[in-house]
Amino acid sequence: MEYIVIIIAAIFVNNVVFAQFLGICPFLGVSSKISTSAGMGGAVLFVMTIATIVTWTIQKTILVPFGIEFMQTITFILVIASLVQMVEIILKKISPSLYQALGIFLPLITTNCAVLGIAILAIQKDYNLVKSVVFASSTAIGFALALIIFAGLREHLDGMDVPKGMKGVPIALITAGLISLAFMGFAGLV
Amino acid sequence: MSIIKEFTKGIIKENPVFVLLLGMCPTLGVTTSAKNGLGMGLATMFVLIASNLVVSSVKSLIPDKVRIPAFIVIIASFVTIVDLSMAAYLPALHSQLGIFIPLIVVNCIILGRAEAFASKNSPIASIIDGIGMGLGFTLALTLLGAVREILGSGSIFDFRFLPENANTMLLFVMPPGAFIALGFLIAIVNKIKKA
Repeated sequence: MEYIVIIIAAIFVNNVVFAQFLGICPFLGVSSKISTSAGMGGAVLFVMTIATIVTWTIQKTILVPFGIEFMQTITFILVIASLVQMVEIILKKISPSLYQALGIFLPLITTNCAVLGIAILAIQKDYNLVKSVVFASSTAIGFALALIIFAGLREHLDGMDVPKGMKGVPIALITAGLISLAFMGFAGLV
Repeated sequence: MSIIKEFTKGIIKENPVFVLLLGMCPTLGVTTSAKNGLGMGLATMFVLIASNLVVSSVKSLIPDKVRIPAFIVIIASFVTIVDLSMAAYLPALHSQLGIFIPLIVVNCIILGRAEAFASKNSPIASIIDGIGMGLGFTLALTLLGAVREILGSGSIFDFRFLPENANTMLLFVMPPGAFIALGFLIAIVNKIKKA
């Protein structure tokens, strides 16, 4: 039951893009086509889950026992940056087809604040390892969902007759605002 | 002449938020009031100036291949300084800004300026670039925070100008309002730039 609450809260109620404002850069940057959005969503799911497992383990086995929790930001960002590179190299060797699909999105993920944000949030919420993994992967699913919904709307937006000054980013942001409004409807769910 | 240009470009022509669209997460996440926007802007500005200065001072010592990780360590150190000082001296603001303080480290503006400007220019020019870009970011966040606070809570910098029980547009202090207000502000800036 507890896990279901975490999953629903992370995907819908506290959607990472629409309610927590994490990962806005890739959200606005790569969401012009549904296919690229799905690729980005998959890459984030992959990296976010692994990153949370690794950072959680580091926090509990190194930072806390030695009393150096203030090093959290520096440690986590370095771990995530090198992890992304490692995932890229390993994926290239083991599964070239998956690399083909996710490859170009991987370098972009280092600067995706959602990955670092979720790693820190999982520690702040005091989750155990299993809960952290569930939390990270469902947050990533929420991110992918947001990206795909937004891409679908944006594909149509291109052909619309929008006032001149609102073309491009402004209308995209207002569209995001309206989706966010719809997501607020989930608020009472858990 | 060029120094003045470096300084002013960040404020309007290359405003990091309204024109370059960098650092959107803190921009949308913390601007529920003008005060929060200003606090976040100043914190980011400090990290930006300090990391620009250090990066441009040590640029010749850093091998090209490891420069990005090296920049990230420099930036993360200053973010930790800001995080701990804020927790000690401004605990209320620190808890309001929450997760977005450690996330300054992944703010694309800071790494972007380190890579595009500080690693190629002298320390003094880098400081000026940091101040200009930082001011542009702070202005944008304060402006967005002020718009959302005026519409959403009927106050500005905690000063209420509407009666206690007035109906304000609560939407603007909630997440959807952030997207909508920023969308309109960018449209206005686009209009001003073209005119």
